[in-house]
Amino acid sequence: MKLNDQHRERIAACLFLAPNLAGFFLFTLFPVIGSFVLAFTDWNIFTPPKFIGLAHFKTMFMTPDFWKYFWNTLVLMSGIPVSIACSLALALLMKDKLPGIALFRTLYFLPTVSSGVALFILWRWIYNPDFGLMNQFLGALWEAGAWFVGLFGFDPGPFPAPLWLSSERWAKPALILMGIWLSAGGPNMVLYLAGLQQIPKELIEAAGIDGAGHWTTFRHITWPMLAPTTFFIAVMSIIGGLQGGFEQVYIMTAGGPGGATTTLSFYVYDKGFEWFEMGYASAVAWFLFFMVFIATLFQWKFGRGAETYMG
Amino acid sequence: MKKKLHLLLRYLMLILIGSSMALPFIWMISTSVKSEHEVFQPGFHLIPGVVKWDNYHEVTHQIPFADYYWNSVVVSSSITFGQVLTSAMAAFAFARLRFPGRDRLFLFYLATLMVPGAVLMIPNFILLSHLRLIDTYAGLILPSMFSAYGTFLLRQFFLTIPRELEDAARIDGCGYWGIFHHIAIPLSLPGIATLAIFAFLGSWQSFFWPLIITYSEELKTLPVGLSAFNRLYGTRYTLLMAGSTMMLVPIVVVFLFGQRYFISGIRLGALKG
Repeated sequence: MKLNDQHRERIAACLFLAPNLAGFFLFTLFPVIGSFVLAFTDWNIFTPPKFIGLAHFKTMFMTPDFWKYFWNTLVLMSGIPVSIACSLALALLMKDKLPGIALFRTLYFLPTVSSGVALFILWRWIYNPDFGLMNQFLGALWEAGAWFVGLFGFDPGPFPAPLWLSSERWAKPALILMGIWLSAGGPNMVLYLAGLQQIPKELIEAAGIDGAGHWTTFRHITWPMLAPTTFFIAVMSIIGGLQGGFEQVYIMTAGGPGGATTTLSFYVYDKGFEWFEMGYASAVAWFLFFMVFIATLFQWKFGRGAETYMG
Repeated sequence: MKKKLHLLLRYLMLILIGSSMALPFIWMISTSVKSEHEVFQPGFHLIPGVVKWDNYHEVTHQIPFADYYWNSVVVSSSITFGQVLTSAMAAFAFARLRFPGRDRLFLFYLATLMVPGAVLMIPNFILLSHLRLIDTYAGLILPSMFSAYGTFLLRQFFLTIPRELEDAARIDGCGYWGIFHHIAIPLSLPGIATLAIFAFLGSWQSFFWPLIITYSEELKTLPVGLSAFNRLYGTRYTLLMAGSTMMLVPIVVVFLFGQRYFISGIRLGALKG
């Protein structure tokens, strides 16, 4: 009887797992192995694949473009600390239950949930050098400033409108700025709010009684208490950043001007689906995977466990 | 007095930041109802001189917008339904049933969450072309119907169901499916809602996969169709903004109604790290 029950339970488990497990094997596990094999073959879809060993990796590391795109990916990630600081500042502003606070939270969250093709088209329009919101806004600010310094006899001249997405110099800063706008009020802020709720009120009050100011309290209590949250957010942002950039680059710049905004993930797409160099593209994808893996190991080794975020 | 000043300052900052978050959206809607002529006027003017609703009409004539929309609705709802069903079933097995190697298998599942999409894209494309599913609804839907994140999320909810309830149901003659259907699911509705919202928002915005898996006009989803329009008619900003606005409406509605679940999902999602 006992054995029978156990048997039935195992059969049930198999049946419950079957759909998900089938999908998992077919669309995750099998492709991971396939991609790994492809990275060592030369294949353009039309002729049979040919094993070529490490040749792709050798080519990759010798190609200046690869390093340029890797560098682009890293530069575009330089907005991460600013974005995290903004999320923390927002969480601090919103941590108390003030009337109307829910409305602000919704508003701050809107860019993150809307992130996608529609928003990137919108931002391409915002960065239009002649008629876009950004330059119109900055132009108005410039004029106001020019009028003010004009009172003292200075003439700063007309507004030197940046060309944003079509300039090699401004394309990356434009994408970084947009990234900060997109993510500042998003999940990171929610995680910081959760982290702030876990700091015992007595601790903050005690610091106040001892005469500590806002900054001192933040520096010596809030910031250290939030360290695990910050660590988690930082690692997650790095993982996201390494893989990121495909959509915005595809929609807004097509990788240009002059490859200034091509990221590794866009490079994989371009090599794989525009040039049909499936083997080489897979090798680049595995380089990405390797970087992500290192970041993940870092999180496992040094990050605090799950219970920190339970709230 | 000092406290009041502090509060005022705080609200001022909240409003200032809020405006900078809202301004691009307002600008989008404003552009979407401007005339072409007014858009290309120098100077900063947010309120359109003449409201031209006709742009919304015109964009649906320039491109098969209604088809794109319909495709997105079909694909997103199917993916959402599929993800919830397959994740819930697997999560039930992982949380409530005993079988050898269960926890090891679950960990392995979780580990695959870190595989970058770029790694999976190429082999999946090849796989689907062998299955002759390129440029079909099935090709758009199938690979996204399974979610390790969803399995993880629902497992967390199923784990909290008291054992006694399950035992009582078994005495009443419920089998495993009965327990799943009549106890686990109804008691985990917030979890189901959270997963459904994430799945819907994710698939509505999904771009990379639909881009490479479809080529015929009749199967394009909204992001792919809008992106093609963006490439062809890059300067028709009034129409582009009308299209973008229409694309974002369902997102904003779903988010406004499901905000609570969305936020709790983020906090649970952090657990996976």
